[in-house]
Amino acid sequence: MTQTPHLGFIVAAYGLAALTILAMVVAIFLDYRELRAKLRALEGAATGAAEGMET
Amino acid sequence: MWKLANPTIFLALTRRVLPWLALATAGLFVVGLWMSFAAPPDYQQGDTVKIMYIHVPAAWLSTFIYGVMSLASLGTLVWRHPLADAAQKAAAPLGAGFTFICLVTGSLWGKPMWGTYWVWDARLTSVLVLFILYLGLIALWRSIDDPGSAARAAAILTLVGAVDLPIIKFSVEWWNTLHQPASVFRMDGPTIAPELLWPLLVMAIAFTTLFLTLHLMAIRNEILRRRVARLTMIAAAEGDALGPRLTPRVAQS
Repeated sequence: MTQTPHLGFIVAAYGLAALTILAMVVAIFLDYRELRAKLRALEGAATGAAEGMET
Repeated sequence: MWKLANPTIFLALTRRVLPWLALATAGLFVVGLWMSFAAPPDYQQGDTVKIMYIHVPAAWLSTFIYGVMSLASLGTLVWRHPLADAAQKAAAPLGAGFTFICLVTGSLWGKPMWGTYWVWDARLTSVLVLFILYLGLIALWRSIDDPGSAARAAAILTLVGAVDLPIIKFSVEWWNTLHQPASVFRMDGPTIAPELLWPLLVMAIAFTTLFLTLHLMAIRNEILRRRVARLTMIAAAEGDALGPRLTPRVAQS
């Protein structure tokens, strides 16, 4: 394997594929985290407002 | 199937399934990569054949994902399935990602094997068209504010673009291409030696479970995005009654 003249192409292919997959995973995870935070804020605000109206 | 149309049931299902699917994906990749690097070199390509273990699964997924999106588009246009447009929207960036991997790894294989990174032959060009279609669909979703209108427009474009799938599949038979013809899914069986075929199949399953995992996660995000949008609209409508407490936090979103 180390004697292959095309090792650079193989490493580049696996590296770029790994980076692309990692980018997709991270993008989806960060999107999820951001949405959860927004949802918590909105639900918290709505609950707080409802409690405020009751009192 | 129709029960899953209920977002709450779908979210509960993904909560249960996702950890197992992610674990299976990781395990399959460990086994697949180990098999790929332990596999013998090809008699013509040498060790460069190892690029095929990521290029071919990515190529399969690039068309498979578009097929999934086409079915979801039918779900949007014909059955108005509540999760169909979420599934379609969530799949487009993943399709673009795997098609990008397919194009880049194919190019990196082509240079040492063909002597060039790129040729405008029918297979390569039709896959590039598929990549552009994915990017166009992502742009379309982002350019229309109303989710219902965006879903219908994206569904129509997806179904029109589906004509590219048979062109990709049969391009190597219809035209004289530099790209080799099919060597796995053939009427007379695969033409690849089993020592090279098995790692390829395991990697293909690993890539497919990876897509399923990411797709479920992305659909879950779309459901949450709709909840955020709905709550934001309710908050905006009730903004006057509720006072300024809500609006600044909503405005940040």
